[in-house]
Amino acid sequence: MADIKTTKKKKLQHEILDAVVIRFVGDSGDGMQFTGTQFSGTSAMFGNDIATFPNYPSEIRAPQGSLYGVSGFQVHIGSVEVSTPGDNVDLLVAMNPAGLKTNLFAVKAGHTIIVDTDAFTKKNLDKAKYETNPLEDGSLNNYRVIEVAMTSLTKAALKDVSGIDNKIITRSKNMFALGMVYWMYHRSVQHTIDFFNKKFSKEPTLIESNVKVLNAGYFYAETLELIPNVYSIAPAKLPEGTYRIIMGNTATAWGFLAAAEKSGLELFLGSYPITPATDILHELVKHKHFGVKAFQAEDEIAGIASAIGASFAGDLALTTTSGPGLALKGEALGLAMMVELPLVVVNVQRGGPSTGLPTKTEQSDLLQAMYGRNGESPVIVIAASTPANCFDFAYQACKLTLEHMTPVILLTDGYIANGSAPWKIKSVADMPEIKNNLIKEVKENWHPYDRDENTLARNWAVPGTFGLEHRIGGLEKDKVTGNVSYVPENHEYMTKIRAEKIKRVQNYIPDVKTEFANEGDLLVIGWGGTYGSLHSAVKEINKEGYKSIGFAHFNYLNPLPKNTETVLKAFKKIIVCELNSGQFAKVLRINFNGFEFLQYNKVQGLPFGNDELIQKFKQLVK
Amino acid sequence: METTAIEKYTFKDFASDQEVRWCPGCDDYVILRAMQKALPEMGVKKEDVVFISGIGCSSRFPYYMDCYGMHGIHGRAPAIASGVKLANPNLSVWVITGDGDSMAIGGNHFIHVLRRNIDLNIVLFNNEIYGLTKGQFSPTSLVGQKTKSSPYGNTQPPFQPGELAIGAQARYFARLGGNTPKEMTEVFIDAEKFNGTSLIEILQNCVIFNDGCYSKYTDKDVREDKQLYVEDGKPMIFGKNRNKGLVLNGLKLEVATIGENGITENHILVHSANEKDPTLHQMLVRLEYPLVTGIIRRFEDITLEEREDALTKEVKSRSKFKKTDDLFFSGETYKVHQAPLK
Repeated sequence: MADIKTTKKKKLQHEILDAVVIRFVGDSGDGMQFTGTQFSGTSAMFGNDIATFPNYPSEIRAPQGSLYGVSGFQVHIGSVEVSTPGDNVDLLVAMNPAGLKTNLFAVKAGHTIIVDTDAFTKKNLDKAKYETNPLEDGSLNNYRVIEVAMTSLTKAALKDVSGIDNKIITRSKNMFALGMVYWMYHRSVQHTIDFFNKKFSKEPTLIESNVKVLNAGYFYAETLELIPNVYSIAPAKLPEGTYRIIMGNTATAWGFLAAAEKSGLELFLGSYPITPATDILHELVKHKHFGVKAFQAEDEIAGIASAIGASFAGDLALTTTSGPGLALKGEALGLAMMVELPLVVVNVQRGGPSTGLPTKTEQSDLLQAMYGRNGESPVIVIAASTPANCFDFAYQACKLTLEHMTPVILLTDGYIANGSAPWKIKSVADMPEIKNNLIKEVKENWHPYDRDENTLARNWAVPGTFGLEHRIGGLEKDKVTGNVSYVPENHEYMTKIRAEKIKRVQNYIPDVKTEFANEGDLLVIGWGGTYGSLHSAVKEINKEGYKSIGFAHFNYLNPLPKNTETVLKAFKKIIVCELNSGQFAKVLRINFNGFEFLQYNKVQGLPFGNDELIQKFKQLVK
Repeated sequence: METTAIEKYTFKDFASDQEVRWCPGCDDYVILRAMQKALPEMGVKKEDVVFISGIGCSSRFPYYMDCYGMHGIHGRAPAIASGVKLANPNLSVWVITGDGDSMAIGGNHFIHVLRRNIDLNIVLFNNEIYGLTKGQFSPTSLVGQKTKSSPYGNTQPPFQPGELAIGAQARYFARLGGNTPKEMTEVFIDAEKFNGTSLIEILQNCVIFNDGCYSKYTDKDVREDKQLYVEDGKPMIFGKNRNKGLVLNGLKLEVATIGENGITENHILVHSANEKDPTLHQMLVRLEYPLVTGIIRRFEDITLEEREDALTKEVKSRSKFKKTDDLFFSGETYKVHQAPLK
């Protein structure tokens, strides 16, 4: 790591902080995602724990300066464990009036805002629907505003660089902002310079211009008397190991790669683009070197149908989608369940119903995942809960589907799928074994629906295997031969055995754990992508002295872990917190009698905020 | 491909132990038998043969074949079969479908599988009616046709499967009468040899709901005069007396009589199935008199799995990633030590 050239000439306040939340906002074309990613990467390498979340408009190129065209990137860095991208912004970097207007609500009074004054023109103020200039009308008096003519300063920094046009110059101003923020938070610019050297190795002008502006921002902040403080966030105490920053969707894709390698099977993905799941397809198509077969199909149904075909032929098969796509896949998923083939279906949940809120997060597909098919067609449902553990649950989905010969739905959501965090890299060698039910040789008296006596998984005889020719299909099967059967008792038997097969998965999944308290006054229950929010809220309240509040977070939703009832019994009150109107609470009510399940629900396309949760929990234990 | 000797099968080796349950007199029996006779001649191993179907009378077909099979869901067989073939390109994969299954609910998959040119063989049983749901009009039913769902006559103009298929870039299209088992066997064998998606439309009579819909073309007494069975490289001659043939008049195909108006066999168009330009093939498909049967289009082209395979080999050869660990530990990683560095 390069030396940080901090100044000693001024009487700066040097504050040491546990954690800080920074949000970069600007136009879609201002490079805010890139700026945020660079800052996160540098901080992670410094040893901080981080959590990030991008927030960008669904319009690809929204009109410049418009309120709905604002793109943002938030990063939470800490010397302590950081489990969410954070609620309250300590530093807002606003590249234009629209960005300021749409994000000011997140900044607490007394905190800092950096603005590019060059962007606060009459035209931009009008577009942002400001009647008066907020920099002049006193409306920002409660904040520490740092006004910087970033565009002009960027131009000045680049006046001697030849071979670049105006467009490149204005596009570089995000590096000026990044340089300033690096200085304020005691970070080296070297990580970003290394990045440019690599990225633009064939375009030296771009290296020169970006590095010049970055340094200009850094030195400007150093000499600027308007900045009264520099801040340090010490490295976090993360477990020893090699890390990288990973996005949830990438982690999901990599979990599948690992499972394919471990199981010795080829990976097949049948998919159709849909927000916010498409990045899994984008990631997997890159990996032809591992023999990944990623097939972009003509629609959602062909996505899952091709995966079913690939599974029949012996591949580890997946399909990826989001809510509306899962609805389209319902019939085919029923077929996969009926023919008892391995198949992983990823649903990166988004705001529903119908087209809903494609770029926002929600947990409203739980009941669809559990019951959204005709007939009685149970499948395994599991959920990842952090960007990094998307890797583990994608891997686990493959393990379960191969070992139990039933489709598995893996639920993630837009919040963890697009969020990123440090991931302690796992080597495939350290991952648990994955067995499968492949049968490669003719056995006497063999039938396609012969089952493992423990798991009830049927055997998997794939085309190309001599002597095991057989037919399967969506019609009800005879319990032994797998031939079509309309026998009434057989249908009931098969319905029960398909349910029992899922139930027995309980014997192969871990218990649900309670954190902070194993018994007491209140049990906070969550599932899936809300882990970070709930965990940090309970942690904070615990620090305040509320020691009788426990937290149980579910990753296994169907079947539920065996010890669920024991955990529920250990607390006087139970509150189920979800980003829907109470779907998991319903599931718990169906399964466990004699409990009152209180609910805390939010259906705004947004994650839980820390303060709202803490307030609610305190009310319940007062 | 395997080089080991393939045991000599007979048609019985491909018949499953399941009782065939189509209506007595249905052309489906003819197709089943023709397939069971064709398979032993294809030089493929029984365990490498897979039949995938959708829903409908025809889609029961896989249950009657003693090889691998899946009775899928309505309209989706081409998508399921695509997955099978991409997972294991060594398999001989057959799609069995009907006019409702492929032209209505599965229309999307039907056109896309043809566009991609995956090496599948699709047998389309076209009876211009919905049989399994007992007699509604299908996308190939004629305008005016009275059915259970069109008691006053069908008002929806039909698809011509060959026209739709060639429009969707089908490289192989054959059409056969439902009562021509010998031709079926030959074409099935040829379709298996063909590298790419082959589509075989069979004009299949439904004895219950649409009996006689093809009689004017397929009945034994009219067949030779009303049908032209095309063969690659041969002049397109038909008729009991083998004296009628196709000639091109401007942009139209016309029937000419050999021996009249100075027409000799040399004037008759010679069928060329292996042409990239499908114009003439489309004209043959659309012709109402004579009805053209046989292999109308057979254009050899690169398949999807060949493109994929070449790309995969190329990417593998230049990639530094051999194992997932190579990927996971590549690029920007950093170490965390128990005692954090300054």
